[in-house]
Amino acid sequence: MSLLRKIRDTGRVAEPAPPRPQAAPPPAARDLGGSAQVRCVDAGSCNGCEIEIAAAFGPVYDAERYGARMVASPRHADVALVTGPVTRNMAEPLRRTTAAMPEPRVVVAVGDCAVNCGEFAGAYGVEGAVGDVVPVDLEVRGCPPRPEEIVAALRTVTGR
Amino acid sequence: MSGTGLTAVAAQIVVVISGAPLLAGWMRQVRARMEGRAGAGVLQPWRDTRKLLRKEPITPIGTGPAFRTAPALLVATTAVVAALVPLLSTTTPVSAHADLILVVALLALGTVALALAGLDSGTAFGGMGASREMTVAALVEPTILVAVFAFSIPAGSTNLAAIVAGAVREPSRLASPAGLLATAALAVAVLAETGRIPVDNPATHLELTMVHEAMVLEYSGPDLALVELGAQMRLTVLLGLLASLFAPWGIATDASWPALAVALAAFVVKVAVLGAVLAAAEVFWAKVRLFRVPELLAGSFLLALLAVTSSYFLSGE
Repeated sequence: MSLLRKIRDTGRVAEPAPPRPQAAPPPAARDLGGSAQVRCVDAGSCNGCEIEIAAAFGPVYDAERYGARMVASPRHADVALVTGPVTRNMAEPLRRTTAAMPEPRVVVAVGDCAVNCGEFAGAYGVEGAVGDVVPVDLEVRGCPPRPEEIVAALRTVTGR
Repeated sequence: MSGTGLTAVAAQIVVVISGAPLLAGWMRQVRARMEGRAGAGVLQPWRDTRKLLRKEPITPIGTGPAFRTAPALLVATTAVVAALVPLLSTTTPVSAHADLILVVALLALGTVALALAGLDSGTAFGGMGASREMTVAALVEPTILVAVFAFSIPAGSTNLAAIVAGAVREPSRLASPAGLLATAALAVAVLAETGRIPVDNPATHLELTMVHEAMVLEYSGPDLALVELGAQMRLTVLLGLLASLFAPWGIATDASWPALAVALAAFVVKVAVLGAVLAAAEVFWAKVRLFRVPELLAGSFLLALLAVTSSYFLSGE
């Protein structure tokens, strides 16, 4: 019962929705119609971006209210959220993951490392940025990007 | 048979198919509000379905007919169950065939089709999910049968329509010890059959804890839409059956239009309330360990057995 009282006292923690982002959605996202299943791929990240993605799907930012939902399989996914510079061992798994996703699919590179290798550019274990391995539709900058920016990118995809 | 009977059957199928995604959306919304979220809205599962239907279907290399036919078979068997069981009316052209054993067998056929598809996909998680689903199904099907037998003893029939019509005439059957025990047993069995939280977590991302989700990891596009629709329809039908058996008030027992309209409203309200209660309860519960699931289901089977026993001895026959 104490949990029930806690739920009543806490009420709603989700922040009011910011205005809809103005950026045009990537061409592959036009048919999604307010629903996007998201698969996260950690291609070699330091886990900073993962923490921000987890925050974006948490109760405060609540990316789920815009129709984005995390799924367990690339076969169910429309969006791949790829984080980190692509390490040599993760290049092939990343290619296979995007190949397993049914068309139309959207690849979002999250964080500076995913966009241009960031801190790890030129390291011996790094194959390249995400764009060097699979075609990228949308980029989210920042090290790590703020949850608002991840949510804004997901809203651009879902169009809500 | 009369036009109202046919309309009742058609209405049951239409309400279950169109209402099942709404029920799923409603339950997610209730849960989201209790977690302090805003929630995606009641219509979100319909948006997901619309999007999945537009996507490319992928048939993984090496899969055969079991994988391809399972989604259609799951939806078809559930639609037949939705037509048979007395959700809106107990006097329909097909109510004479609404036998308990047939209904449970149809549900089991859908379960087995999906388990075979999980095996057919050839992945480690598909086979693991299939074996778990069969373990749960082997424990759940007898519980559903035995729990409803507790009601078929006073009704003198295993026909679900006859059981529900009898309970409407004599509400005292529901308040009996047998009725209460059977309610508890069937509620646990429904949770397990539909893969809800103490047994399976429908929102999990951890493959090792999955039961239902692990079997459908390889589905995509329209096939996935059918699998999800099938799962949502099963939840709607089973919650509706639970409501019809244990709170049959409002269900149409004669073939008149006003009775059917009242039954439709009562069905929507009852299933929405049950769904909200289930979603709220899931916020408080954790998924039990897989090795504890047989204990939970054995407990519910024991309740069902006690219900039958007390129904047999206390009915005074």
